[in-house]
Amino acid sequence: MVAPKVISRKATTSKDLEKEYKWGFVTPIEPDLAPKGLNEDIVRLISRKKNEPEWLLEWRLKAYRYWTSLKYGEPRWAKVSFPPIDYQDIYYYSSPFKEKRPESLDEVDPELVEAFRKLGIPLEEQKKLTGVAVDAVFDSVSVATTLQKTLEEHGIIFCSVSEAVEKCPELVRKYLGSVVPYTDNFFASLNSAVFSDGTFAYVPPGVRCPVELMTYFRINTEGSGQFERTLIIADKGSYVSYLEGCTAPMRKTHQLHAAVVELIALDDAEIKYSTLQNWYPGDKEGRGGVYNFVTKRGKAAGRNSKVSWTQVETGSAITWKYPSVILQGDNSVGEFYSVALVNNHQQADTGTKMIHLGKNTRSTIIAKGISAGQGSNTYRGLVKIMPSAANARNFTRCDSLLIGDKCAAHTVPYIEVRNPTARMEHEATTSKVSDDQLFYLRQRGITEEQAQYMIINGFCRGVFQELPFEFAMEASQLLKVSLEGAVG
Amino acid sequence: MTQAPTKHDRYLADFEGFERDVAARGPEWLHELRQRALARFTEVGFPTARRGNERWKYTNINPIAEGTFSYPFAAGEVDGERLHTSIPWSDDWSRLVFVNGLHSAALSSVGVGADARSLAEALRADGQPAREHLGRYVTIEDDAFAALNTAFVHDGALVHVPKNGSLDRPLHLVYVTAAGAGPTVSYPRTLVVAESHSRLTLIETYAGFGEGRYFTDAVTEIVLGEGAQVQHYRVLMEEPDAFHVGITRVHLERDSTFTSTLFARGCAIGRNDLLATLDAPGSSCFLRGLYLTSGSQHVDNYVNIDHTQPHTTSRLYYKGILGGKSHAVFGGTVFVRPGAVKADARQEDKNLLLSDEAEVDSKPSLEIYADDVLCGHGATAGTVADDALFYMRTRGLDLNTAMVHLIKGFASEVLDKVEVEPLRLSLDRLTTASLPELQPGLVS
Repeated sequence: MVAPKVISRKATTSKDLEKEYKWGFVTPIEPDLAPKGLNEDIVRLISRKKNEPEWLLEWRLKAYRYWTSLKYGEPRWAKVSFPPIDYQDIYYYSSPFKEKRPESLDEVDPELVEAFRKLGIPLEEQKKLTGVAVDAVFDSVSVATTLQKTLEEHGIIFCSVSEAVEKCPELVRKYLGSVVPYTDNFFASLNSAVFSDGTFAYVPPGVRCPVELMTYFRINTEGSGQFERTLIIADKGSYVSYLEGCTAPMRKTHQLHAAVVELIALDDAEIKYSTLQNWYPGDKEGRGGVYNFVTKRGKAAGRNSKVSWTQVETGSAITWKYPSVILQGDNSVGEFYSVALVNNHQQADTGTKMIHLGKNTRSTIIAKGISAGQGSNTYRGLVKIMPSAANARNFTRCDSLLIGDKCAAHTVPYIEVRNPTARMEHEATTSKVSDDQLFYLRQRGITEEQAQYMIINGFCRGVFQELPFEFAMEASQLLKVSLEGAVG
Repeated sequence: MTQAPTKHDRYLADFEGFERDVAARGPEWLHELRQRALARFTEVGFPTARRGNERWKYTNINPIAEGTFSYPFAAGEVDGERLHTSIPWSDDWSRLVFVNGLHSAALSSVGVGADARSLAEALRADGQPAREHLGRYVTIEDDAFAALNTAFVHDGALVHVPKNGSLDRPLHLVYVTAAGAGPTVSYPRTLVVAESHSRLTLIETYAGFGEGRYFTDAVTEIVLGEGAQVQHYRVLMEEPDAFHVGITRVHLERDSTFTSTLFARGCAIGRNDLLATLDAPGSSCFLRGLYLTSGSQHVDNYVNIDHTQPHTTSRLYYKGILGGKSHAVFGGTVFVRPGAVKADARQEDKNLLLSDEAEVDSKPSLEIYADDVLCGHGATAGTVADDALFYMRTRGLDLNTAMVHLIKGFASEVLDKVEVEPLRLSLDRLTTASLPELQPGLVS
């Protein structure tokens, strides 16, 4: 029997949400910090802390050397602006544990357990969420992974990347960097050199993962960057649904989050990846907030495989991310559903890339952008149909909603077609909340504010319905709190 | 910026001779403008850099940067009879003909009442409206091709329609390159000033005669006064080996309307860079285009619309038919500036691919900084639909006829909107004649 899935995030009832960013608390934990700054010694130190094998250290060093050889700095083509980042002023390693990772939860600092409880993620065995296995990552280190027993019964490996390197090094070695090589881009190179922790999941052939896998990321230490690396492999004929949530304390300074996510779906496998991104967005004047510079890419490597991204982006001062799919296997499918919201001084430049290589490959892109306050929101997407992709099919729909006269919304699609049998369609619209719709709802006795939320919710519906149910509820709440002060 | 300087010694040497022999007589302000433009050109250089070069993302202009095109100090010869049979033509139209960028009085004929003359002549007289408008709408600061044209600004057409005036006949501006010895470059320059409440129908044709490579670097500035209406057609019929960079800048005042249709037959590199600035409430523009590319041709349409004021409307509808190993690019942005509320914009690019090796890159973008707007865009690419072909075959049409009908039907959405009948008929004929090139084996 399947137990109902409940992510009982008690923290997120609408009443609580009326306040400002409510995940902004700081956990008073003395972290084990590596010195600030980045050099080869730091890379070696991180590797040593994690007891990594020689090959991984070598790989990190190669990435680090490549990164330092880059003549250009961060990519500047995106429609976001930020002052130069001082990469020597960041802590690259911060762990809540002074010594070794605790074997059981009893050894974990109660402050830490409390921190996740406050976030709505109880880690204790008896209080665990039903139907969801959680890997909790605090700063650079994975704190605990729940529901291990159930997963082991199915042969599913779900743990932190550090553990995976010990448990199944051959899998990590085979797939790490196979979708996002360390030469991919500035932030991916940086991440490859200093990635601290992250989630590893492997679903064996023919297994349908019985629970949702979830990672909850939390940045705590001031001045630390978070560089996690996620690697998910769905072997032949398997299925996995993965959720990702993230928050950070309110700080006056900016924090850098440069993650890399790699997904690999083999023949007939399916990966569904959902993100609820709620990093601290900065205050009303645009002070503080997380720089979310993330490289996410899935490879639909096998025949009939499928990779599906769903993202709800409400947090971060700046979002720079393009979850992509390489449609390599014949008949493979790529999907991208996104809601990106900016308010106050937030900036987002996000979208996707669909690279069609195999025959009869299909991709769908549904992107909804909402701009409010003085936010700037850009959809940037690439659909590339290579000569080998006979009968490829793409459908893209991007809509932007503007709330207020100081915000901006941009749509920048790149469409490259090199096969005549391909069929691709792109549609985009930009407008404000329609006066007619508002009038209709108002004359039904609904307050203006409520009416606005209803319309905005309807606008995002196509994406929310792709999320697991409780996540969808939360996403809609999150949207509401993020728009606080912008509507009504 | 993103443009790395490459070799342009040839142009500098030409410029010296040009200043000494051709442009010596002329007002001081013009001399200064040329000097400034040349300085900008040498500073920015041709946009050959690939990294971060968004404006030229899909077009590599190295062949132009590396070609040694020289300035033809004398006008070439073109046979009038041949001209009139190979490009859209009507004896009813007023026309100004330019050969290698220089006005040919013998081939031109302007009807009574129309103020359309050679720019060189107008600049010698140094009167209005050239003095007020020339170079005002095209930015030379970061555009090598605009700067280069401006450095060599000398001849071309000046069209002036006075307040409430209207030209009773369409005006045809013909820019022909006659093949000479070695690769040449010409710098046609067109300035059109349509004063308030005036009306004008204008056709610009760019064509080449003879074999060989040449380069046309054209700039057209069009100003519409309050309530003015301008219908503009641009026909590109350059030789297959030619390079063409055409820059059009349109400035619209209150309640004015600009309608434009581009017809482009491919060439080695053909660039159509159009920017319409809707600079006052009530202004609107309707831009259509049809491009046909075959062989290893390359056509790049870069069409931007700038809504700077409230209550402005724009429509853009471009279609391409691609055969062979050709490459077509569509780029362009609809900008809506802060405060430009009630902007209504729609942008559409549709492509029909007829061969396995053709490539289309489309990048229609929206940049919106105002909330009360209605903007949208769409892009499609695909080949002739099998079920459409099947339907026509079930009606007894053979494959060839069905194919011809479907391709021509695709093109007709643009061509049918051409209001000047002789022009519509000849563009239709040109399209039909291109079909065998687009799809080998097709009999039109």
